[in-house]
Amino acid sequence: MSVSAQTVAAIPDPLPDRTPRRSSAIRMRALREELAALALAGPATALLLALFILPVVAVFIIALSDWQFGARTLRFVGLANFAEIAGDEGFHASLLNTLLYVLMVVPGTVLSGLGIALAIESGRSLRALYRAIHFLPFMATLAAMAIAWEALLHPTIGPVNQALAGLGLPTANWLRNEATVLPVLAVIGIWQNLGFAMVLFLAGLKSIPQDLYDAAEIDGADGWLDRLRTVTLPMLGPVSLFVVVVVALRAFEVFDTVQILTEGGPGRASEVLLLTLYRESFEFLHAGYGAAVTIVVLAIAVMLTLAQAKLLDRKVHYQ
Amino acid sequence: MSRARSLSRPAAIARHALLLATGAVMLAPFIWMASLSVKPPGEIFRASFSLLPQQWYALENYGKAVTVAPLLRYMANGALVCTAILALQILVCAPCAYALAKMEFRGRGLLFGLVLTGLLLPHQVLALPLFILCYSLGILNSYAALILPFAVSPFGIFLFRQFFKTIPDDIVHAARLDGLSELAIVWRIMLPMAMPAVIAFSIFSVVAHWNDLFWPLIAVKSPNLMPPALGVAIFRGAEAGSDHGPLMAGAVLVVLPLLIAFVAAQRWFIEGLTSASLK
Repeated sequence: MSVSAQTVAAIPDPLPDRTPRRSSAIRMRALREELAALALAGPATALLLALFILPVVAVFIIALSDWQFGARTLRFVGLANFAEIAGDEGFHASLLNTLLYVLMVVPGTVLSGLGIALAIESGRSLRALYRAIHFLPFMATLAAMAIAWEALLHPTIGPVNQALAGLGLPTANWLRNEATVLPVLAVIGIWQNLGFAMVLFLAGLKSIPQDLYDAAEIDGADGWLDRLRTVTLPMLGPVSLFVVVVVALRAFEVFDTVQILTEGGPGRASEVLLLTLYRESFEFLHAGYGAAVTIVVLAIAVMLTLAQAKLLDRKVHYQ
Repeated sequence: MSRARSLSRPAAIARHALLLATGAVMLAPFIWMASLSVKPPGEIFRASFSLLPQQWYALENYGKAVTVAPLLRYMANGALVCTAILALQILVCAPCAYALAKMEFRGRGLLFGLVLTGLLLPHQVLALPLFILCYSLGILNSYAALILPFAVSPFGIFLFRQFFKTIPDDIVHAARLDGLSELAIVWRIMLPMAMPAVIAFSIFSVVAHWNDLFWPLIAVKSPNLMPPALGVAIFRGAEAGSDHGPLMAGAVLVVLPLLIAFVAAQRWFIEGLTSASLK
């Protein structure tokens, strides 16, 4: 692939009606650049089509048809698969649990991430260390850390129950109890994502112009709390909204902890959307049902991602 | 720097107290995991709380983790899969990003639209058709099934394109006048100048695939092929909660490589892992 275009085609054709030889030379160059670009972008384009675009189309086809694994033919059945999940208690439970999980993880993560970012930024010592410690869970392998959490939460030998018992407080079999399983999974979710929210808030704090603090000081805001109320929090507004959406997107994709620790149980108390997607598609081999769930997941994720992109744009403009 | 004016003494103490307390909660699972991984079974099931063992049992637990379960094999699989994915992604994405950033061609807008569409899609949504694709290619339960679906990264193309756009056109013109081919410009000029983006993307990609459980669960059944996250999950299922020491040793081994890398290159990790949401 040694296409060496000697000049740039970005130069606009200055006079279209020059001598024929000249314009054909320019056309040759433009053509050569087109060919070079196609050669460079070709593999990525082919793979994007094969691994992203066609699969999405295929999911829609499977969701709208009666196709099963191994079948050579399919018949379009309209919204029958969607009607099936809409009438299925398992799917209702899964959707509701996912929503509850997101509603617990988002405020927990955003508020604690904000609090810790403010605390770190309010002083100068040990900043990097505190930031690293709080960020650690975000990059640690969640499958392995779920096992560590299981040991912490173990009903008899886990230190959580031992500490509670020591304080005379009630203990529980946290992951086997319908009332506690989802909140406990949400705590693990908050623990994992908090550092991520913190880093985004730290970046937001850094971008607040110093002038605003100086101006607030002249206006008589000299306490830490005054500055927080009059400058910091209002200026963090757009960032906060962005963090809410990004964390919601991550929380909504919860899977590893549920798959390893509860498999959706007890009963259906911790069944979530991606677990339903996984089990229906790959354990029970209900392709149509799995595809319909996939479309629901896709719709929610696309909405959140578009909101995220929009908020990011706005944040950039405000700066 | 007057927004972080020196705090009064009580305020400074309160700050450290708060951050040490929350920090302890963040570290608790890591510490407990490490503690159990060096304790003998008798001490694990003892009611009294202690972090350090009375009798060190590390050799036995870690020995069991790498013999009873092929933990080292899982980690080698992880290294192989992550390296192959990253190499393919850079090989495929960088030339495409260069074409998008610096060249004129028909369909450029359309191609960029494809990239943005790819960015919108969570990978789990593609699992069902990718499973069918791998099945029809006959590569299910092989390294290829773990690698191929990630051969192109829309995020990689996007990130490299953004970075390449900031490199002045004059540099590209000069390279062309020197007779460099377009591909040579990508490898010898653009990528070296875009090193920060390359490092951030590499960390993002390796962390994502070392930690991934969802796709490996679908793609491979043979323990010989399992990457670390799936391997340790299977190990837990096999142990069924009876043999805590070796299981915790296994979990420590899976977490450790990224942990060490994180401590060594904290800033790069934070940048690499947050860049994906700032796209």
